[in-house]
Amino acid sequence: MNVIFFLLPFSLLLALLGLWGFRWTLKHGQYEDPQGDAARILYDHLDEGPEG
Amino acid sequence: MAMTDLARPDLSAFLRKEEGGSSRLELLVKGARCAGCMAKIEKGVGALPGVALARLNLTSGKLAVTFNGPADPARVIETLDGLGYPATPYDPNEAKQAHDAEGRRLVMALGVAAFGAGNVMMFSVPVWAGLFGQELGPATRELMYWLSALIATPCALYAGMPFFESAWRSLRRGKANMDVPISIGVILTLIVSFSETMLGGPHAYFDAAVSLLFLLLIGRYLDHTLRAKARSAARDLLALQAPVAARLDEQGHEGFIPVNAVAVGDLLAVAPGERVPVDGRVVQGASSLDNALITGESAPLAVSVGQACSAGALNLGGRLVIRASARSEDSAVAAIARLMEAGAQTKSAYVRLADKAAGIYVPVVHTLAAATFIIGWSLGLSFREAVLRAAALLIITCPCALGLAVPAVQITASGRLFRKGVLVKSGAALERLAEVDHVVFDKTGVLTEGRPRLIGAAPWTVAMVAPLARASRHPLARAVAEAAGPGVVATDTHEVAGQGIEGVIDGRKAKLGRATFVGAPDTGAETELWFAFEGEAKVRLRFSDQIRADAAQAIGALKARGLTVEILSGDLTGPVEQAAHVVGIDDWRACLTPFDKVEAIEMLKAAGRKVLMVGDGLNDAAALAKAHAAMAPGSALDASQNAADLVFSGTELAAVPLAIDVARKARKRAMENFSMSALYNVVAAPAAMFGLVNPFIAAIAMSVSSLVVTLNALRMNWAGGRR
Repeated sequence: MNVIFFLLPFSLLLALLGLWGFRWTLKHGQYEDPQGDAARILYDHLDEGPEG
Repeated sequence: MAMTDLARPDLSAFLRKEEGGSSRLELLVKGARCAGCMAKIEKGVGALPGVALARLNLTSGKLAVTFNGPADPARVIETLDGLGYPATPYDPNEAKQAHDAEGRRLVMALGVAAFGAGNVMMFSVPVWAGLFGQELGPATRELMYWLSALIATPCALYAGMPFFESAWRSLRRGKANMDVPISIGVILTLIVSFSETMLGGPHAYFDAAVSLLFLLLIGRYLDHTLRAKARSAARDLLALQAPVAARLDEQGHEGFIPVNAVAVGDLLAVAPGERVPVDGRVVQGASSLDNALITGESAPLAVSVGQACSAGALNLGGRLVIRASARSEDSAVAAIARLMEAGAQTKSAYVRLADKAAGIYVPVVHTLAAATFIIGWSLGLSFREAVLRAAALLIITCPCALGLAVPAVQITASGRLFRKGVLVKSGAALERLAEVDHVVFDKTGVLTEGRPRLIGAAPWTVAMVAPLARASRHPLARAVAEAAGPGVVATDTHEVAGQGIEGVIDGRKAKLGRATFVGAPDTGAETELWFAFEGEAKVRLRFSDQIRADAAQAIGALKARGLTVEILSGDLTGPVEQAAHVVGIDDWRACLTPFDKVEAIEMLKAAGRKVLMVGDGLNDAAALAKAHAAMAPGSALDASQNAADLVFSGTELAAVPLAIDVARKARKRAMENFSMSALYNVVAAPAAMFGLVNPFIAAIAMSVSSLVVTLNALRMNWAGGRR
């Protein structure tokens, strides 16, 4: 049962990491052009990552 | 955008300077749909000298070009034209506005709520298990609640902000919208849960507070996407229309500037086929102007030096130079814009379905909650238990499903219309459209196509004239070229402004233009052209504004739906009567001023009719704003498109009955959703009053009701079939 005191903070930390990641993608405009990004992956010379 | 054959235009007004000496240009690119287009465009523009980066947003159709050296925007547009993608520069101020900060904030709130709702479950599930007789000591339960509080409280406060702010704004105006009960519900849930946890009580609802916000934010985000999408699409339509004015500097060079940057006294060039950007007076050239969008009159008006012309008139003849006598905001448009504002105010007084529902919901539920507390307490319940039951009632009836009921339906409905080329500007527009029982049409540009078509010409005549017509930019000549299709072009052509064009076809000299230019007897008619080979018989070509092909069918469809139809036109009696006869409308009035139209709409309104106005011109704009609902074709003037609730971009008038059908269906679905939520509350409220609700039941009830409502909304799509 004591393992819960380690698991709980750890799982929360993981979830917070996910939330921070989501915020990062949002700030870096990864949801601005879903169609374009889907197509961009098909071309090597277009593969410069999303626009900042 | 139409390029003139003069010196290359200067488009530097559209550049936005950025730090580090670079500059940025945003363009709306037409026709880019696939990965291949994107690769072609980015490669082509990126290879131009001075271009550091060209990036196309395939979703919005916008190309952002960054220059690191001397910038040449005109070259970019030429390159895109050459690739087969016509492009229009965006006003830098508009481009900035297009940035959707509110949408990002909502998505972030949604992300936080999702995080909160997901992680609170970690602690809620053990508690729920404890409710069904599993072992869970009070100490462990309390620990779980405290941990829930730790996550749920900050998440709920952050994710709830959009609702709290909106509720506060509405309360300060002395009204209660849907966000008031939502905010009260969420805040009360948190407070009661805290006090229960501190007192060691068995029921805390931290999970309910966050998951409620999560579900509501989905609805809020859908509603926002709908409006944002419509707004940006409307902006794109306008950007394609007349965003620029060609200003002449002292040396007579043309430079393109945004229309709203035109100052009084500026000299502006208006090429044939373009619209007059602001009110002005002709200082050079002669031409005829098509005022159809402004007055509704279909016959063009001849203008020469010294005469006034108003913003929005289409130049049918030669190149004109005008001196601006008003800025864009003060142009003839402005008088009508003031009328429109008055109309828009009556529209904003319209109470949306969701707010109507809130108007019933708020007093009923809050009275019930108060009654639960007072009666429960006086019947011998403890103070704490009475408060808890009242709070449980507020939580379980919290309008989760109500918050989703309307946006979910409207987003599916407008998505369906969008695929058919009909743009819905807001959810309220759909609600108003569903109530319409009388349709008023404008004639020019709505029932008709709004551009001249060649009529009654033999194919051999068309083929004979076509080579010369192809060399001209005049709208009438273009109509001939269009009728003839692609083919040879005359050589040695020379266009005489406001008169016509001459050139050589198969070694024979020929002329096409006004009667006097070709040498025929002058009839004074503006909707005809004359053609002749040198020294041979003169041929007359007549043009008319054709009725849309499916107009009669669309009117029939409207009548079949029990709607009454009427024409209010600014054109002369003859053409209106003829058009009315062809499309099958018995009720028509002609020669109306913009003010007459508004008055007519008001009369109908006073008689209790809900009017849908379909119009395109400036003369319709005020009536569009005043009517209960309004539609405009994509070819309409910007003022009219702004005043309209829906814009249809295709050439078919069938969009009108279609939009009404979808709006009515959406209303039906929304009503179904309301009755389902009501039914749910009829069951849930007594359960809460008698203390039968625990956090587990609350969580299940909430998600099931939201799911049912959303699925019912999606039925809009299934019933109509995709595409």
